[in-house]
Amino acid sequence: MKAKKQSPPSLQEISATAVADPDVWELRLYVAGQTAKSQAALANLKKLCEAKLPGKYKIEVVDLLVHPHLAKGDQIIAIPTLVRKLPEPIRKVIGDLSNTERTLVGLQLRPSGS
Amino acid sequence: MGRTATNATAVKHSLPKARTGIDGLDQITGGGLPRGRPTLICGSAGSGKTLFGIEFLVRGATQFGEPGVFLAFEETPEELAQNVRSLGFDLEQLTDEKKLAVDYVHVERSEIEEAGEYDLSALFIRLGHAIDSIGAKRVVLDTLETLFGGLSDTAVLRAELRRLFRWLKDKGVSAIITGERGDGTLTRQGLEEYVSDCVILLDHRVNDQLSTRRLRIVKYRGTVHGTNEYPFLIDENGISVLPITSMGLAQEASEERISTGIAPLDTMLGGAGVYRGSSVLVTGTAGTGKTSLAAHFADATCRRGERCLYFSYEESQSQLVRNMRSIGLDLEPWLKKNLLVFHASRPDAHGLEMHLAVLHKLVEKLEPHSVVIDPITTFANVGSSREIESMLIRLIDFLKSRQITAFFTSLTRGGNALERSESGISSIIDTWMLLRDIELGGERNRGLYVLKSRGMSHSNQIREFLLTARGVEIKDVYVGPEGVLTGSMRLAQEAREQAVALTRQQEIERRQRDIERKRRSVEAQAAALHGQFEAEQEELMRLIEQEQAAANSSLLDRERMAVSRRADNPIQVSASPQIPTVRRK
Repeated sequence: MKAKKQSPPSLQEISATAVADPDVWELRLYVAGQTAKSQAALANLKKLCEAKLPGKYKIEVVDLLVHPHLAKGDQIIAIPTLVRKLPEPIRKVIGDLSNTERTLVGLQLRPSGS
Repeated sequence: MGRTATNATAVKHSLPKARTGIDGLDQITGGGLPRGRPTLICGSAGSGKTLFGIEFLVRGATQFGEPGVFLAFEETPEELAQNVRSLGFDLEQLTDEKKLAVDYVHVERSEIEEAGEYDLSALFIRLGHAIDSIGAKRVVLDTLETLFGGLSDTAVLRAELRRLFRWLKDKGVSAIITGERGDGTLTRQGLEEYVSDCVILLDHRVNDQLSTRRLRIVKYRGTVHGTNEYPFLIDENGISVLPITSMGLAQEASEERISTGIAPLDTMLGGAGVYRGSSVLVTGTAGTGKTSLAAHFADATCRRGERCLYFSYEESQSQLVRNMRSIGLDLEPWLKKNLLVFHASRPDAHGLEMHLAVLHKLVEKLEPHSVVIDPITTFANVGSSREIESMLIRLIDFLKSRQITAFFTSLTRGGNALERSESGISSIIDTWMLLRDIELGGERNRGLYVLKSRGMSHSNQIREFLLTARGVEIKDVYVGPEGVLTGSMRLAQEAREQAVALTRQQEIERRQRDIERKRRSVEAQAAALHGQFEAEQEELMRLIEQEQAAANSSLLDRERMAVSRRADNPIQVSASPQIPTVRRK
């Protein structure tokens, strides 16, 4: 019974390995100019990373007004969009990240249930 | 062509338009889609929305020098390119030539977490970047509704869509937005609410297992447009919309007469055949030779060096060519010269409108001088008689407007009155010929007569129609006390009349001989009488001479006697007696 329970890798397990992964988290935040939403998103992201991934993260901010061609590669449609490039798989969170709970779920940093 | 001209003048007074290059669509929209504004194309799955969009861009890029951006939400550029390659559109080449940009927008709900406020600026930026990179004038968004599947905040989405359409207008691009047909609404997400300039509905209907594609302009602000449902085709040349409506009665009537291919029949039709651009109907029961007449007509068209388009709904091309060869008509050379073009298909291959659409398209493409439809009655399998009538009226109007002579055959089913044309179209036909069976003396023969022919004094005679190895022959029929005689009875009658004529001839000859004999006997009698008369005259002459001689001798005697008697008085010599001189011939 126990073995069966563990056989499909659950969200908890994935997030556990992710957290346990000592590698650096590569995060990319797509914005379009210095809008209120973009600034809020960046502030929220920094706060969250400091709390959950101290010293293990790298944030890259891409301004699409400057580099419009980059939107295509990561399939960006909304602003702001946070992309977790590493660890894989790629995850996307859209919005100003004011909802910390959902941001963590999106980044698979914390089980959504607990 | 007159229509296009009037449209062109109409364009000046209405909105600026972007020509689509799609066959027929520019005609019914009066010049194309609104320039610099979005147009909504809606329809159910598989109705041709994506293709419509692609064709709008490809034609724009290749024919009107307007590059375009295709923002695909459902298919990758590779898939798109593959899907339309069969239609002759090379998206990859156009992309390389910077005439087309395809951007695939992938929205997958499971990959996206929404945490807080957002907008769709990135989509605008992507689209704007694509537009600017090739200087696009046209944009297709196929289909925006995918966004509703990928994002949950519909309030944001709706606000953003409103902004998007505003933004597209500001950009000045002619845009097509596609949308899936909803239940009772034009689109599932009510996109029609945002696109208010032009809405086109595509429909793919299946009736009795026969599919027909139709297009309707639901609205088109600021322009006069056709409001009907127009059938459209998707074939190897892309989309063609067929604006087939009744064109009214304003066609020019030609004075030119053309042969039907059968000289005696031309004679029956006022001596010169039918008018160019008129419609000819041949009705008849099975096996009366309708197709043979049609083939002669086609042959005559080709003989004049004109093109004939032959729609055969019952026989294949090779079968028809073989069969016509058996009556001495070789169509092969015309096929080789491409003067005769066959289009053989089964009537249930498409719905009625599609047939009309195919006819229309082929006529547009080949520009024939005459069209044969053999037979029109097979359409009864795919439509009601009212539908067929409507279709044929439109077809005849269309052909007449182009001065194309139409030749239809129609099968009269057993039991129906011959004069009742199957589809009730008799009133719109100009020349109507009827082929009928004449059963007489244990055989079945074909009779032909002209029921009506507008604008000419036609024969009202029933003629016998023969199919021989040398082609069609039209014979006089005998009308005797027993009625019309045909076939062997006609031959018997002919023999009988010949016998009677022979007898009469012999009688005349006999009489001539008699009179000759009589003449000769009269002459003989006259000669005999003459001889007798001459003999009598001779006799008389002799008598007279004798008399004179006698008189002379008596005078001499008296003188001699006086001398001898020595008479005193000299004797008066009396004059000789008066004897009538007989004039001899």
